[in-house]
Amino acid sequence: MQDFSVLVVDDEEDLLETLVNRLNRRTIRTHGVTSGEEALKVIKEKPIDVVILDIKMPGGMDGIETLREIKKINPLCEVILLTGHGAVETGIEGMSLGAFDYILKPVRLEELLPKIAEAVEKKRGQVQ
Amino acid sequence: MEDSRYKKLQRVYIVLILLVSFTPLFLLGGIMYYQVAKTYRIKIEEQIRYRAISQTDSIDLFLKERTAILAAIADTVNFDQILDEKNLLKIFEIINLRAGAFVDLGVIDQAGQHRAYVGPYELRGLNYFQQPWFSEVMTKGVYISDVFTGFRASPHFIIAIRRQEDKNCWILRTTIDPDIFGGIVRSAQIGKTGDAFIVNKEGTYQTTPRFYGNILGKTDIDPSKFGGLTTVNEEINSQGEKRLTAGRWLKNKTWLLIISQDVSEEMGGLLQTRNQEIAIILVGSILIILTTVITTRLTVAKLEEADTRMNELNAKLLQSDKLAALGKMAAGVAHEINNPLAVILQKTGWMEDLLEDEALKNSKEIVEYRASLKKIEEHVERARKVVHNMLGYARKMEPRLEDVDINETLRQTISMLENYARLNSIEVKTILSPDIPIIASDQSQLQQVFLNIISNAIDATGRDGLIEVKSAVGETTIDVMIADNGPGIQEEQQKRIFDPFFTTKQTGKGTGLGLWITYNIVEKLGGSISFNSEVGRGTTFTVKIPNAPPTEK
Repeated sequence: MQDFSVLVVDDEEDLLETLVNRLNRRTIRTHGVTSGEEALKVIKEKPIDVVILDIKMPGGMDGIETLREIKKINPLCEVILLTGHGAVETGIEGMSLGAFDYILKPVRLEELLPKIAEAVEKKRGQVQ
Repeated sequence: MEDSRYKKLQRVYIVLILLVSFTPLFLLGGIMYYQVAKTYRIKIEEQIRYRAISQTDSIDLFLKERTAILAAIADTVNFDQILDEKNLLKIFEIINLRAGAFVDLGVIDQAGQHRAYVGPYELRGLNYFQQPWFSEVMTKGVYISDVFTGFRASPHFIIAIRRQEDKNCWILRTTIDPDIFGGIVRSAQIGKTGDAFIVNKEGTYQTTPRFYGNILGKTDIDPSKFGGLTTVNEEINSQGEKRLTAGRWLKNKTWLLIISQDVSEEMGGLLQTRNQEIAIILVGSILIILTTVITTRLTVAKLEEADTRMNELNAKLLQSDKLAALGKMAAGVAHEINNPLAVILQKTGWMEDLLEDEALKNSKEIVEYRASLKKIEEHVERARKVVHNMLGYARKMEPRLEDVDINETLRQTISMLENYARLNSIEVKTILSPDIPIIASDQSQLQQVFLNIISNAIDATGRDGLIEVKSAVGETTIDVMIADNGPGIQEEQQKRIFDPFFTTKQTGKGTGLGLWITYNIVEKLGGSISFNSEVGRGTTFTVKIPNAPPTEK
């Protein structure tokens, strides 16, 4: 097991389940939730290093609101935003709110893994 | 349809304008002519009436004078003296010298016997007792006869005066020269058609008329139509001529002076005026018709031109509106596609992960599984690219102004496609105008435009084709023409070639976004793109880019 943990937030359950499974299979401790509210609960309870957060979540909190709250609870927690192309502007807004990066959907795991690694690196640098 | 609509409009305009112009013109012309004719008619009637009055006055005066002379003689000499023909001759000579128009002079006794006579005829000894005029003069004292032939067998009239001398009574009688009298009457004749004559109550000519008749002949004028005052009538005579006739009875009430004139001669002045008026109206009408037709045609042509331009503009607006709406919709749809694509991609990834397990690794079909998953990933990648292109373009749409050399951009673009063209044995010919100025535009976007059009042309032309790329300086634009000799675009496809996702290429070969993006780029750069295609002969695309001067540095 890697020495960091990841939280995936996406309302698309099929995607969420698969992504969590695949990351876990690669020895990354990964949790998955389908809403912003649930995500905040997890962050309060567990040590999460990186959050992979979908911006567009209909009903309840959207990605940007969730990002704000996460940063309030744990400013050191790194957030990678997942965005459809149409929401590029929102992605950029997220960056200015302290997100680590944003990635356009659909994304291959081969592209996502290095980003997670970079985010973990950055967090560790800040902690030290 | 359109054509006939404008033709109809033109006809309505012309008819309306002509109606509005001609109605007052003809109305005014008609009223003016009517008024002038009326005034003219009154004037000539007055003239002829005046002539009749003055002429009857002079004839009355002539007869009164002659009668007075005879009466003076009869009153101053006695019967014996007057019977002496020497005395009679002397008197005759004196009165002819002083007044004239006396043809002869004779003395008749109360038995009707002609006793003394001076004159050209042999009337001495004749007895007039049976003559109608004899009893007339004996009863009335003064008598002016109608014209008659009498004993001398030639038309004449006489004036006779009765003298009462104690119980004896005698008559002094004279014949008035018919030529002199006729001359006085005829002096009222005017012009080429004027006539003046005297008729008696029965309508017998007492003087010779100028036309159609002779003295003692019958006139076709009915004397009873002429009343106490001067009467003016218009009559049509036996020859069918319209004549204006004025008649006035002489003081003796037995003779009627008629003065007549052909209406057409009298109205000659008016005819001239009428002809002038008709000429003016005719010229005016021609001018009005010409002006109306020409100005209406010009106006309608201008209107048609403006409508055509408006329709073109509307069509263009509609096209760009449609494309913008389609773009927005496509963007929304594309975004929704991303989520399922993401799931598919993760699921295939997960399956690949699972295939790494020992149990499955040794499966007989493992290679087949992996290949199928790869194919799925490839196709997800293809779909992702479509979405990417579309939204990626939308993202970087704002043009960046820089100095652009269109010719150089074309050369670069063509060199990028050189290999592709050679592979298809297609010749790309360039005719670039050396006068193309450096302009302010977005080079990379222009390159994208040319790239899309030329690569489309290569794809369309097939093998052994020819593509011609021309540049030229337009009025306010730089024009680039890209012509191929390919199969051309079918007419039903021409309307749709700028629509997103419209492609004629084989499935999987084209996204259908190339020309849509091209269209949008050119619009954003302030230019225009159009094409002309003929099936079997090829297609020419024309891109017009605003000739904007380069930015100051």
